[in-house]
Amino acid sequence: MEKEGKMVTIYVMGKKHRVPAGLTIMKAMEYAGYQLRRGVGCRGGFCGACATLYRVKGSYKLQAALACQKVVEDGMYIVQIPFTPAEKKLYDIEKIRPTPNVFVEHFPEITRCLSCNTCTKACPQDLMVMDYVQAALRGDIEKVVELSFDCIACGLCAIRCPAEIVPYQVAQLARRLYSKYILGLSEEVEKRVAEVEEGKFDEELEQLKRLPPEELRKRYESREIRV
Amino acid sequence: MPLGSGETLRLGEKLKPFRERVKELSGEDVGLCYQCGACSSGCPLTDEMDLLPSTVMRMVQLGVEEVLDSKTIWICSSCFTCQVRCPRGIDVANVMEALRQLVLRRKYDRVSIDLLPPEELRELPQIALVSCQRKLTG
Amino acid sequence: MELPRWNCCGTVHALAKDDVMHHLAPVRVLLRVEEAVEAGLVDEPRVVTLCAMCYNTLKRANHLYRNDSDKRRVIESIMEKENRPYGGKAEVIHLLELLSELGWGKISERVERPLEELRVAPYYGCLLLRPRGFGVDDPEEPRIMENLLEALGAEVVDIPFKSRCCGAYHTVFMKEEAAELSYKILRQASEMGADLIALSCPLCMFNMADRQGLIGRLFRDFKGIPVLYFTQLMALAFGLEEEAHLEENNPDPRPLLRERGLWR
Ligand code: SF4
Ligand code: SF4
Ligand code: SF4
Ligand code: FES
Repeated sequence: MEKEGKMVTIYVMGKKHRVPAGLTIMKAMEYAGYQLRRGVGCRGGFCGACATLYRVKGSYKLQAALACQKVVEDGMYIVQIPFTPAEKKLYDIEKIRPTPNVFVEHFPEITRCLSCNTCTKACPQDLMVMDYVQAALRGDIEKVVELSFDCIACGLCAIRCPAEIVPYQVAQLARRLYSKYILGLSEEVEKRVAEVEEGKFDEELEQLKRLPPEELRKRYESREIRV
Repeated sequence: MPLGSGETLRLGEKLKPFRERVKELSGEDVGLCYQCGACSSGCPLTDEMDLLPSTVMRMVQLGVEEVLDSKTIWICSSCFTCQVRCPRGIDVANVMEALRQLVLRRKYDRVSIDLLPPEELRELPQIALVSCQRKLTG
Repeated sequence: MELPRWNCCGTVHALAKDDVMHHLAPVRVLLRVEEAVEAGLVDEPRVVTLCAMCYNTLKRANHLYRNDSDKRRVIESIMEKENRPYGGKAEVIHLLELLSELGWGKISERVERPLEELRVAPYYGCLLLRPRGFGVDDPEEPRIMENLLEALGAEVVDIPFKSRCCGAYHTVFMKEEAAELSYKILRQASEMGADLIALSCPLCMFNMADRQGLIGRLFRDFKGIPVLYFTQLMALAFGLEEEAHLEENNPDPRPLLRERGLWR
């Protein structure tokens, strides 16, 4: 993984560290002695817990990344953003409907969007965040879903937005409405739920529970991921 | 000095910076105003204002910063009637915007969209909310 | 055709001389227009708007971008993620201007059901005409909507308040005060014998039509008057009843139109 011998300098919250080149920000921080308790989760780029802001020496750009994905660069100034202060909006998905003003009703601050595109520049998932916020503003639920599908709610867009919008919450509402009212129930899911209820997988689960950890790890590592 | 106290105003050096700042931000030469009142007579919103637009212009000329406390600057809807009518070619709406901006840039929001009830948000068109946010929040 | 990718223009032109941030939204839209030409979707970089506020915001931002090289540089640098900077080539026109360019005679030829005996008051509001230099017509003596209505066979009722502010965004936090402004315009139109009002801006539409319930509660003498987009009147006159979507209007103009033999 790391190239023999080559070291780079990074600054974690202002403190200088020499770390092997080739490490991710997360591993480099652990190498430097940090014990991560917040700001870490899946370590695989899916959970969004490891949001990080950084600048690299010589560049004015304030950049955003996932610490578990981004490889350190020489002269990186790093700060983790393990949490985005954002209010959890409450709504009852059974009661709200996919109306054109549904986004404005729950997130009226989207009317402050400047189309500055700062959110898109921040998104480590390379989503067109500005475009989905704008689609939400005009009530285009399908477009929001299409553009935000890979959002992992890392919160980086919300930290950077000058209009104080929390884009990922808007996108989440869109996906919820979409699945509930537009897509409808999927046959496969219904079938699988029935199978689970009938106890089709009970035995397999019991077997798994009894496996020793090494065997579990082996199976996990050799698992097949189907997309 | 309280608004409209009737005291004589002298344009001292002390008051100049404010006038200059408004000139810079609005791009309008406020010194050109000769107080004809055309802006005030055409303005459709004077009923709701505490100061007439021409009075606002005079206060800016004199560098009276208290004009920032007036209701008028928030009532002006940028309808540009004054811009069309001013014989001195001043865009009074630009001056009003400069005054609003001077206040909004000090961490101030005139309105809070958080306070709107859901029924209103369901009914109001985006065009109303977007323009309101742009005009009245910082 | 609709632009394949667009964002809200922001609805109002930022007037402060040092403001750059608020011009990004309209400039992005103008860039999309050039991109549509590049993609071969349209021949000319012309964008037509129906909304008076879009018209004003896009047109003024375009003017600023073309003439203020310092701001242009800043805007370009902030828009670095775009494939290329906006080249300043887009032209912003209002649908009324496009129709006028086609010629009123041509419009009349298309009319299948002239709006005879329909007394229509054109309402321009603010931003179709002002500020001076950015309107579709002379700010004090506009004729363009009158010309269209005449071409459609309607009788024009010229109301003095045709370019007076409807209350605009004050409808959000000062709705009663805004309602009073709209009320005065509507009342004048009724008093001068107009059957209905024709306009172009969705914010004017909301304030002058959707808010009529509120206006009625505030002003006991108010009777209500239908308000239509000028495009809806065009659809009616061209015999495209379905396209007019009159069921969307509130108050409902159909009873009145039925009375005049203009609706089934
Ligand atoms: S849209 Fe926002 S929250 Fe979602 S992945 Fe991108 S930056 Fe993170
Ligand atoms: S960062 Fe905020 S204001 Fe800028 S485009 Fe994204 S959502 Fe809009
Ligand atoms: S119309 Fe012009 S000159 Fe007259 S008072 Fe107003 S700003 Fe001054
Ligand atoms: S730790 Fe889960 S995305 Fe990085």
